[in-house]
Amino acid sequence: MTGHRLRLDRLTIALGGVTLAAIDATVGPGEVLTVMGPSGSGKSTLLAFLAGFLDPAFSAGGRVLLDGEDVTGRPAEARRIGLLFQDPLLFPHLSVGGNLLFGMPRHRAPRNCAPRECDRRDRMRAALREVGLEGYADRDPATLSGGQKARVALQRLLLSEPRAVLLDEPFSRLDAALRGEVRDLVFARLRDAGLPAVLVTHDAADRPADGGEVVHLCPPAPHLP
Amino acid sequence: MLRLAPYLTAGLVAGPIAVGLLGVTLPAFGLLPGLGGDMATLAPWFRLLDQPGLGRSVAVALFAGLGSTLIAVLLVFLFLAAADGTRLLGWMRRLVAPLLAVPHAAAAVGVAFLIAPSGLLARLASPWATGWQRPPDLLIVHDGWGLAMIAGLVAKEVPFLLLMCLAVLPSLDPTRRLAIARSLGQPPFTAWLKAVAPGLYPLVRLPVFAVLAFACSTADVALILGPTNPPPLAVAVLRWFADPDLSMRLVASAGALLQLLVSLAAMAAWWAGERVVAGLGRGWLTGGAPGVAGRAVSWLGLAGLPAVAMSLTVAILGLAVSSLAGPWRFPDALPDGLTLAVWARSLPAIAGGLATTLLLAALAAVLATVAVLAVLEQAARRGRAADRAAGRALHGLLYLPLLLPQVPFVFGLVVGAETVGLAPGHGLVLVGHVVFVLPYVLLVLAEPYRRFDPRWIMLGATLGASPARTFWTVRLPILLGPCLAALAVGLAVSVGQYLPTLLLGAGRVETVTTAAVALASGGDRRVVGAWALAQAAVPAAGFALALLLPRLAWRRRRGLGAAR
Repeated sequence: MTGHRLRLDRLTIALGGVTLAAIDATVGPGEVLTVMGPSGSGKSTLLAFLAGFLDPAFSAGGRVLLDGEDVTGRPAEARRIGLLFQDPLLFPHLSVGGNLLFGMPRHRAPRNCAPRECDRRDRMRAALREVGLEGYADRDPATLSGGQKARVALQRLLLSEPRAVLLDEPFSRLDAALRGEVRDLVFARLRDAGLPAVLVTHDAADRPADGGEVVHLCPPAPHLP
Repeated sequence: MLRLAPYLTAGLVAGPIAVGLLGVTLPAFGLLPGLGGDMATLAPWFRLLDQPGLGRSVAVALFAGLGSTLIAVLLVFLFLAAADGTRLLGWMRRLVAPLLAVPHAAAAVGVAFLIAPSGLLARLASPWATGWQRPPDLLIVHDGWGLAMIAGLVAKEVPFLLLMCLAVLPSLDPTRRLAIARSLGQPPFTAWLKAVAPGLYPLVRLPVFAVLAFACSTADVALILGPTNPPPLAVAVLRWFADPDLSMRLVASAGALLQLLVSLAAMAAWWAGERVVAGLGRGWLTGGAPGVAGRAVSWLGLAGLPAVAMSLTVAILGLAVSSLAGPWRFPDALPDGLTLAVWARSLPAIAGGLATTLLLAALAAVLATVAVLAVLEQAARRGRAADRAAGRALHGLLYLPLLLPQVPFVFGLVVGAETVGLAPGHGLVLVGHVVFVLPYVLLVLAEPYRRFDPRWIMLGATLGASPARTFWTVRLPILLGPCLAALAVGLAVSVGQYLPTLLLGAGRVETVTTAAVALASGGDRRVVGAWALAQAAVPAAGFALALLLPRLAWRRRRGLGAAR
């Protein structure tokens, strides 16, 4: 897979004239930009802006470029920027396989497999196999363990073929034993896929083992929430 | 299209309300185009004031409305105070939930069956306790002050209010509030009244006012249980409307407008009462005295609501028995034998009524649910502060029919429709039903929509799904339970509509409800029982399906269904 490049071009986010966050950075293929700061420092707002969910109460400046393409004005579903939350958030009404199929684009059917569905299902099963969950396609997500859910959430994200990934404290709800394992898996898979990632966290232990650039955000003024 | 949803829905509700209010106000001042009224005059009001028994009609409406609401609210709150944390609460929830499906008319018929001089209670106590060998000559049902009517209203509203309270109670975290109050030295019953009730009441205020508005202007319950001469105002207006002398329609219009004023006065009185209770309550809350709400009150709370709920249950079962009863002489508590004769005789007519009822109710419920979903979805997609303010105004408008007395509105809608050449009939009935069904559907769906985790929608979008696809494949399936509950509630509300069906259909649209009410005044009790049961069966089936379908659909999804 070829890599992608995410450029945050002089981004500023302001609320009522007060600048909450200002950032200018480039994240190359497989790289991780870590944005750190205490709660209230605008981390989540920055992530919402990148993903395309900025609350209209905020105003933002600057551009988000993906592979040189300006996606700032696009709706979230057209940006191809994936998102991992604190919770795995597997759709409770779909099976594990259904969750993986949800975001998988319908294209690139190889010639040897006529029905497109067949190809998508094969890729779904292969994705489960990759993270040691072979045969789990028909399972109810509610029956999986925390670590299994995290792995399914990661594979669902990758199968949706994003061009960049946002991580919103994705490991903070995992217990200590799982945390390192899931973290290393996530970053290894992102690197293999050549995806630029923006990680938002207040905990330095969430950063990838091999580092990457770190940006610190500070709360802008003492009286803001 | 979705962008238009708020406007379309607002128009769907505001249009008929505006036409209705205009259609009742103009004739009340002598302006009725069809009858040659072309000059504003106060004559209808003078004629209205000359109607015998008018004062009593107004007084009974106010007395029954305020009285039944007060009793129902007290029963529910005292019960919750006394039973919170006990197993009795769970039992009552299960007993009361199916009673919610019982329409007003059926509940009233059931209560009449229970308390009439020849009713079940008299039979159970005779002749050993009362010495009665034949039904006593007492005016219990249709008593002059509407006490029987109050009993019927209380029996019907207590389940509704209890379930509304139970729905919002968890958000108050009552266990923690109670623990704090008790650790500060309050006994449990007092602790609940002091620490939970003040938080709970504001959350159920809208349903309480809806109950009050209904009770002040009910026609069906009044026809079955209320005083007859003079009747409560709503029934008096109906009589004037049906008067062969067409000029009485102007009097009826003035009377309908008076009903609006009476309902507003009742709400104002309730509002003032709230202020007084709040003022007195503050002193009590901070006064520190633990034992004011004594043991006797707590026993009353523990016994009152279960007694009402059991009575209604027995009444409905009694209806079933009476519709199957063979000869059933007076002091006998049970009939001599069971027979299907009544059902065999009534079934063809009941089936016809059921078909109309179902068609109307299904259409009204689906229309209202689609409109409400469109409004909520549109609001969820835009998050601007200005939109939120507009959204609150829209919700206020959509909830308005809850507080609107049906008499003036329906009455004016008939006049308005006739003026523009629209004949009363199924279409107009449907419009009336949708207006009254919609607020209940909104009441059911607004909270699940608000609590819906927005991250599901973000997740859908970041996985490449359009807002429309996310709605159909994420939001609706996760909200399947609440959506079906909204449909079931809409169905139940539509089935219960008496006045809109009667007037907007010009008597030609016969549902099980209009038929049951018509039969109740005078008909054979066993036939009435059959009709009332048929009336209660439709909403009951709806609620059963709304509970069952999500469990079936999500039987293999532990994260849904079973947890709800």
